[in-house]
Amino acid sequence: MKVASPEIVAPDNRAAEQQPHWRQEFPIDLPQDDYRSRRDFTKLMVITSFAFFVGQAWIVLLSRLRRARGEAPLKDIAAVDELSVGGAKLFHYPGPGDASLLVRISERQFVAYGQKCTHLSCPVIPKPQAQRLHCPCHEGSFDLLTGQPLAGPPRRPLPRILLSVRGNRIYANGVQQGVV
Amino acid sequence: MRIANFSRSQRMAIVQGILCIVSIIAVMQLWLFTTTMEAYLSGEESFVLTAAAASLVCLGLNLGLFHYLRALDR
Repeated sequence: MKVASPEIVAPDNRAAEQQPHWRQEFPIDLPQDDYRSRRDFTKLMVITSFAFFVGQAWIVLLSRLRRARGEAPLKDIAAVDELSVGGAKLFHYPGPGDASLLVRISERQFVAYGQKCTHLSCPVIPKPQAQRLHCPCHEGSFDLLTGQPLAGPPRRPLPRILLSVRGNRIYANGVQQGVV
Repeated sequence: MRIANFSRSQRMAIVQGILCIVSIIAVMQLWLFTTTMEAYLSGEESFVLTAAAASLVCLGLNLGLFHYLRALDR
């Protein structure tokens, strides 16, 4: 019959001779088991730490790419008389995949914002009567005049598209992140 | 690395201590990552590189502690 080594400590702390037969055949050294599981968990935390560093490096890379893209181009997006007061137009700026919204809020005032909600990127819907841009996914709302979040889960403002009016044409000429 | 011959209970205390420190550092890195991502998405990019450097220092500390732990087992 196999007898467990005296160094091995069973989970119930009793002597090896008092252990059931199966445990004498397959002894479990509890302190050693604890030691190994903690060491392995430490290894997992170090891997997690590496993953966080990779995430930080990814942000640096995105930041560099954003800078390399340079200034957003000047783009003709609509005619002044194309929109009635309270009307909205969807356009793409600065890139072809960047959906944005142009809204006419008065006879002489236009505003434009990126259409992606800053919560989870759902497209926002203009509600000029309520002076809001509404996100239907999680009932988020943004102020139509400033792009600031007013209600729901979004915490960051919508990116504002800078506009200029020349003659009868409206041009987009830049994107302002984090409008205050 | 030359490690003294520790008893089993001493090694257990060491691994628990290292696990605590490594966990605290990882939580700090998590906070740093979320803060940096939030700032980046808001258009604030001035401290992105500094934050990455701080995260690298944290990773270095964790790797150093883990290296000590491995040396403890040899």
